[in-house]
Order: sequence, then C-alpha cells, then structure tokens
Amino acid sequence: MSSENEFKQQVRKLYNKLIVAFCMIGIAVFGFIYIVLNPSIFAEKPEKNALISIPNVDGEIKNGIHVATGFIDDEGLTEVIQNCTNCHSSKLVTQNRMTKEGWIATIRWMQETQNLWDLGNQQETIVNYLSTNYAPQKKGRREVLTKVEWYVLED
Amino acid sequence: MKRRNFITKGTLGAFSALLGTEIVFGHSIPLGYRPLALQDPDPFKLFQKDSDMIVLNNKPWNIEAKAHLLDDKITPNKFMFIRNNGLIPENVDASDWSLTIDGESVQKSKTYTLAELKSKFPQYTYQLTLECGGNGRSEFNPPAKGNQWTIGAVSCASWTGIRLKDVLEDVGIKEDAVYIGYHAADVHLSRNPEKEPISRGVPIPKALQDETLLAFQMNGKDIPLAHGYPLRLIAGGWPASASGKWVNRLSIRNKVHDGAKMTGTSYRVPCEPVAPGEKVADEDMCIIESMPVKSLITYPKSGAMIKEGQSLHIRGHAWAGELEVSKMEYSIDFGATWTSCTIEKPANRLAWQHFTTKISDFPKKGYYEIWARATDSEGTSQPMLLPGWNPKGYLNNACHRIAIKVV
Repeated sequence: MSSENEFKQQVRKLYNKLIVAFCMIGIAVFGFIYIVLNPSIFAEKPEKNALISIPNVDGEIKNGIHVATGFIDDEGLTEVIQNCTNCHSSKLVTQNRMTKEGWIATIRWMQETQNLWDLGNQQETIVNYLSTNYAPQKKGRREVLTKVEWYVLED
Repeated sequence: MKRRNFITKGTLGAFSALLGTEIVFGHSIPLGYRPLALQDPDPFKLFQKDSDMIVLNNKPWNIEAKAHLLDDKITPNKFMFIRNNGLIPENVDASDWSLTIDGESVQKSKTYTLAELKSKFPQYTYQLTLECGGNGRSEFNPPAKGNQWTIGAVSCASWTGIRLKDVLEDVGIKEDAVYIGYHAADVHLSRNPEKEPISRGVPIPKALQDETLLAFQMNGKDIPLAHGYPLRLIAGGWPASASGKWVNRLSIRNKVHDGAKMTGTSYRVPCEPVAPGEKVADEDMCIIESMPVKSLITYPKSGAMIKEGQSLHIRGHAWAGELEVSKMEYSIDFGATWTSCTIEKPANRLAWQHFTTKISDFPKKGYYEIWARATDSEGTSQPMLLPGWNPKGYLNNACHRIAIKVV
C-alpha cells in the first residue's frame, strides 16, 4: 500500500468523522432551540387521570339545552362539560352569573385551591361560553315576586 | 337495576363492570361512593327528602326548602336543607367511630369512642336554629358565586347530644386556647385526601356555651347520614358551617382556627361596609359570628287567593342568632304601615320562635304582598331592601314576603 493511498484513506476517515460530528452538533443545536422554544415538553403533564373518567356526555339537546347537564347549547359546550363537570355538578355553573373577569377569577381560584388543571388553549372558549351564556342580569334592590302559582285558599 | 343498593353494596368492581370502563385511580374513591354517572337520580328518596325540596347542586349535594315547607315548629328531616362542601363519607361505622381532641392548647391529646362519649357525659336536647351563612345569596347584585340559595337554607330541629364544654373540661384545655376547629370524614371534591372540604370552628366562649353540642341524634333518632351521622358539632345561631358534620377530631387552637373555609373570603364579610361590587382584600374580611335577625312566613304558601271579606291567618318563625326576637310585625301595604303579630318565647335559647296573626283588613280586591319583619332584643329589625352587599353574598336577612290576591 502506497503512502499516498494511506493518506487518502486517513483524509476520508477524518472527513467522515467531521461529517458525523457536524451532524451531531446540528441535532444538538436544533434540539436545544426546540427545548428553549417549547419549555413545556419537560413539564409534568397535568394528571387528568387522577379523576374518574366517565363518558357521561350524552349529546341530546332539547330546546337549546343539553339534557344531561342542563347547559345551554352553544360553542364551547363540550369543553365546559369535559373540564367542569368532572369535579362538580353542572348545576354549580348554571345557577351562577358572572362577568368574563368573574369567570376567569373563579377558574384561577379553582386552580389555586381545588386542583383544577391548566385549561390551556381551551380556556378562552370556556370563558367565552360562560360569560356569554351565564352573564349577570340587571336586578333592582329587591326584585318583584315572579312565578307565583295562584291557588284558592280555603278558610 | 336497584341503584340505591350501591350505597351499601357498591364495589369498585361493580362500578367498573357497569361503566364498561376501568375507573382510573378508583382506589381513592371512598368505599361505596357512587360515581356521578351511577348516582341515584332521585335525591329525594336517597335522603328521604320531600319531593318539593329544591336541588341546587348534586355534586356536592345542596338542597333547600321552600318557605311553606318549613311550617313545622320543629323541622323534620324531609324539609331540612342540605349544604355539603364535599362528598358524603360512605361506610360510616358508628361502632368504630371515635373523636380525638388535640391541638396546641390541649393539656393532653385524648381519644374517645362514640360509645364512651354517650355513656360518660350527661345528654341534653335543644331545639337549635341552623342557617346557612349564604341563605338568600341569590338576591345579591352583582351576583355572588356559589350555590344560589333563596330562602330555604334554614332549619330548627331538636338535637340531642353531650355538651362540648363537658368534654373539653374532661380533656383539659390550656389558658391560651382561643378557638376550636373541627375535622371530619367527608371527602374533598377533587378526591385529594390531603385536602379537607371544610374545617371550621368557633371561639372558645361559643364552644363553652350550654347549647353547643356534640350531637348524635336529630329529632329523637340517629342523625341522617347527610346531616352528619354519627357525630356532629352543633353551634346554633351561627352560620351552620360552624356545625361540622361527621366530626372525628377537634383541635383546640391557640389562634383563630385556619382550616379550610375559615380563611380568605369564606364565611367572612367586609369588616367595613363596601359598595356593591367593590373588591375587598382578604385581610379586610371578618369572620361571621352570630347570624342576623330574620323571619319567614311559612303559612300560607305564596299565591293564595282569598274571597273579599275573608280574613287570612298567617304564621311563621323568627330567629336572631344569639339574640331573641322581641317583636314581630307584618305589612300589607309594602311597609307603609306595620301591625304587630303574636310571637312566642323560644323553646330554649337559640331556638326559632313562632309567630301568628289574623289579617282581616284588606281594604279592597286586588294584589297584595304580606311582608314580615322581626326585631331582635337589641332593637335591630330586618331591612326591606337587601342588606349590605358583600363579595360572597352572605347574611341576606331582608324581609320575606308572599303574594296574595283578594278576589
């Protein structure tokens, strides 16, 4: 074997090694940038499994009301059912009236004290649904009596 | 399928089979607790409640009465409101129940079995008014979040038990004791065993009152499960949340108890009056103690139509927290004039009082409202409008009224 061939081979080997090294550095840099841009991939996933997952979403809608929960049928209904009724009754939602700020504050409170998970990109849909369908109504200092069922009182 | 049987016979396996799916983390479900999908659709049967009661919430259970359902002098179980913060404990075994007294200000921690408590201490029976601090919340504006109680979160049952003060004397409490805090067997809605749904208490002077009981009977029978079987603290005249259900531990504290729903805005109102909707910092909120004077017309039911010239008998109850009701009045002209009713003395301190009268001066045919107004022994009356707004909508003691037509 001539020394020229030997030299060529060495150069080729070195070249291959350099290519591999560059590739690895490239992958590492790409990976690093990806992690920097997406810090959440190593964050702990919310433990949704810690709840009993019961497919209680019967889809029947009657007169604009979701029969199983009593929720008004509107955009965001599914998200609200999935995120709210695992822990508490839908009745706790439907009997309340809050502004957008009020519903957000309630979600924060549930996250801080009641183990509610991060709602992620569903939060906006949920808050819009709630503040549209369960918004405060104007009332006086004392409302008039309504829904009186009249009956004859025998003495 | 007999769903009710699940209360006693339910097992995880049975749930899973019925649901056709594995219940993830099923081991943390309290034994016998039925997942929502399997819960009895008929709470009235489940809790032996009258079918006219209103279910505000089924997870946790919150059920209230209507005014005319509270006509009995002593509230029977079927008309008694349920206010739960967490999940009702299941598989409660009274024969294995114990109460531990601990805390910074106890001489020495001590545990009593329920049987010991019943045999060791004298028993007393009192009629005690329990009203949810949020009773009447639905009227506040801007609305306060939470269960939207109207007027039916109040009761006066007959409670039998032992005096808390006798037990505290037996245990021995230190001089620096200022508060007691209860701990109970109910389960947080998140099913996190680290979290208590509610753990409130009362200051030592309230704990040492004759009428503050560790009760095991309601209306002469074991307390119904939904109302705290087998052992419940009863502190009448205060927000009913101070009367802890399913109690198994009491802590004697050297500071104001800081358990769940004792802090922040829970069962607190602004120390200084605020404008409706105003934000109030936690440190400016003060714990609710005695409930304000209030009354309820329980007969007739709203909507009665009577003939011209016919007189109308009305009756109801009035209560005033730690105080007594000294005067009861009604108005048929929206408060322009008031007429006195007969008001009975309470059966015992902290029991509600009964009023009655006959109204025979309707001037002409038409629509009337009967308004009722109680005045306590310190001269404070119920407001006709809503009382001071507060962030959580507590203490609405505005006058009750019913609609009447003279035809």
